[in-house]
Amino acid sequence: MRFSASWAAASTKLPLRNCLQGRAGGASCHAEVPPFSMKPIHLEPIDLAILVVYFAFVLGIGFVLKRYMRTSSDFFLSGRLIPTWVAGLAFLSANLGAQEVIGMAASGAKYGIMTSHFYWVGAIPAMVFVAIFMMPFYYGSKARSVPEYLKLRFDEKTRALNAVSFAVMTVFSSGISMYAMALLLNLILGWDFSVSVWLSAIIVLLYISLGGLTSAIYNEVMQFFLIIAGFAPLVFLGLRDVGGWSGLQARLAEVSVAQGFAPGALTHSWQYMGSASANPMGVEWLAMLMGLGFVLSFGYWCTDFLVMQRAMAAESMASARRTPLVAAVPKMLFPFLVILPGMIAMALTQRHGVSELSLPAKPDGSLNYDLVIPLMLRHYFPPGILGLGLTALMASFMSGMAGNVTAFNTVWTYDIYHAYLRPKASDSALLWMGRMATVVGIAISVAAAYFAAHFNNIMDLLQLVFAFVNAPLFATFLLGMFWRRTTGHAAFAGLISGILAAAVHHGLTQPHGASSLVKGGWLGHVVKVYPSEMAQNFWTAIFAWSVCFGVTILISLVTRQLKTDEELTGLVSSLTPRTTEEGVVWYQRPAAIGAAVLALALILNIIFW
Amino acid sequence: MTFFDLRVPLGWLFVILGGLLVVAGFRADSGTDVVSLGININLYWGPVMMAFGGVCLWLARGSVRKRGGGDGEKPTGSQ
Repeated sequence: MRFSASWAAASTKLPLRNCLQGRAGGASCHAEVPPFSMKPIHLEPIDLAILVVYFAFVLGIGFVLKRYMRTSSDFFLSGRLIPTWVAGLAFLSANLGAQEVIGMAASGAKYGIMTSHFYWVGAIPAMVFVAIFMMPFYYGSKARSVPEYLKLRFDEKTRALNAVSFAVMTVFSSGISMYAMALLLNLILGWDFSVSVWLSAIIVLLYISLGGLTSAIYNEVMQFFLIIAGFAPLVFLGLRDVGGWSGLQARLAEVSVAQGFAPGALTHSWQYMGSASANPMGVEWLAMLMGLGFVLSFGYWCTDFLVMQRAMAAESMASARRTPLVAAVPKMLFPFLVILPGMIAMALTQRHGVSELSLPAKPDGSLNYDLVIPLMLRHYFPPGILGLGLTALMASFMSGMAGNVTAFNTVWTYDIYHAYLRPKASDSALLWMGRMATVVGIAISVAAAYFAAHFNNIMDLLQLVFAFVNAPLFATFLLGMFWRRTTGHAAFAGLISGILAAAVHHGLTQPHGASSLVKGGWLGHVVKVYPSEMAQNFWTAIFAWSVCFGVTILISLVTRQLKTDEELTGLVSSLTPRTTEEGVVWYQRPAAIGAAVLALALILNIIFW
Repeated sequence: MTFFDLRVPLGWLFVILGGLLVVAGFRADSGTDVVSLGININLYWGPVMMAFGGVCLWLARGSVRKRGGGDGEKPTGSQ
């Protein structure tokens, strides 16, 4: 489950499919390429050679790693042997799928530099928090998964709720990733939808079933460097075309005024957030700080097993604590790689530069923001580097799938199969089940990809339900880790209440101009119309978190703690000995690194204020 | 037991991909230059990628030498 799969990016990921198709939904991927789409890119032999070389390395890594997979711990947790820098980059890359790249570029075109809030407000503080305050409990408890931590801290029913919902979410997310990739390849390269789905499924299946989590992590790190190698020249050429940062500002000022905003609304991140109507995102500062900066970002970066699995595979406690901090440094620079292209494309569409790059329009006349990256790749890149850019795009799609599949096979094997179906299974049986879960997970993903192709609206609805499930989670973890009194019954009831609160809030509100019940108002009475879908999503998350937090506290006060202090040692802050950092120089301590990371994020916020 | 040093395949991947870009750069005709704003981007970016790959391989040299065919040692370069 990626961050972009949460509400926060409902404006990017969900419409990706619709926008690529150019209609509201229900389209078949076998349909003809819509008339507004770009002309398919013709790949030269050199481009194909780059693709083949990359995928040969991907599969080669899987084959080499196979001989290291001797126990279930090797397969699911990389034997807890991953060095800090590898775990850190994988922690970042697990979230850096192509949907994120395409979605953030689209948001850059639509909302300008405000999109950077997803990084500088919506990721960095949460990554620092999880590193300093939460990792000692995740790693120190020796839990093999996030649901298992919930079992150790609370009870079986809380673990079951989290494990089952997470397993379903990840496998569907993998399918959606597969679907989006096949659709994109069909549009930009003219490749057959089924060929893309099956080819990607076979490649991911091979390297995960052979090398387990290590294979996924190694490939995520390669993908990280490939994305930088593929997109950095794109930004360079785009900036050159638009006349540098000053040229970009001047052109976007015209776009901003044409949209009815102040000239700087697309190039300032905070200046126009006093009122939701003053910025293109339609969100005011409070919803941004509380909804994205606190509830959604902390909920994702601090509790989602997909990213946490990378840190839990680190070679030591110190390494696990530094993992999110290592990830935070490139994370805060990624806006320049993924958001700038969108801003450049928007500026050049308004007024051409040296070349004539222009975003295509959809049938309703609005611009097709989701084609920013493919369009710029075709426009600026000659054969050779074009193959590199497309390889980076495909690598990140597959990495997205692989991340979900590895999280799924671990949760299925440890938290469902081993916990409830065969508690006495041997380690070799768990290893075998992990490989089988990989096969089944990918088979379900393929089915989900076809399902998405034919029932687009149902997939949107499913993602909405997943978002309801995710929203209150951080309240449960926060109370569980930092308030000893929190009970299992309270955690479970709090989670259910939070999920229901999210659903009720969504059912009673709508974004401005909502056209379907998936957007809200399905309870028949609309009590509030938000200026944008993003504002509605942020406030839904705030409500869900608050209800979960309040209900968990109230029920904890009236129920008995069934866990002894001994059982809670290592799981709760007040009962866990502080991690000693004696002998570690001050600049290598997580708190010092975290403070430096926060200071850098603050400086970036001020520069682009 | 530890895994092999990731910097080795990463380094070779970038050396090979960079090399392919250089080849593409030398084969570029005037038509392909136009789409890159008059810059033969393959010829600039290929060597950068090769240099990055080279640095990865240079950093990993210690672990490759130490492993000596066995997988029982910890690759020092992977820290």
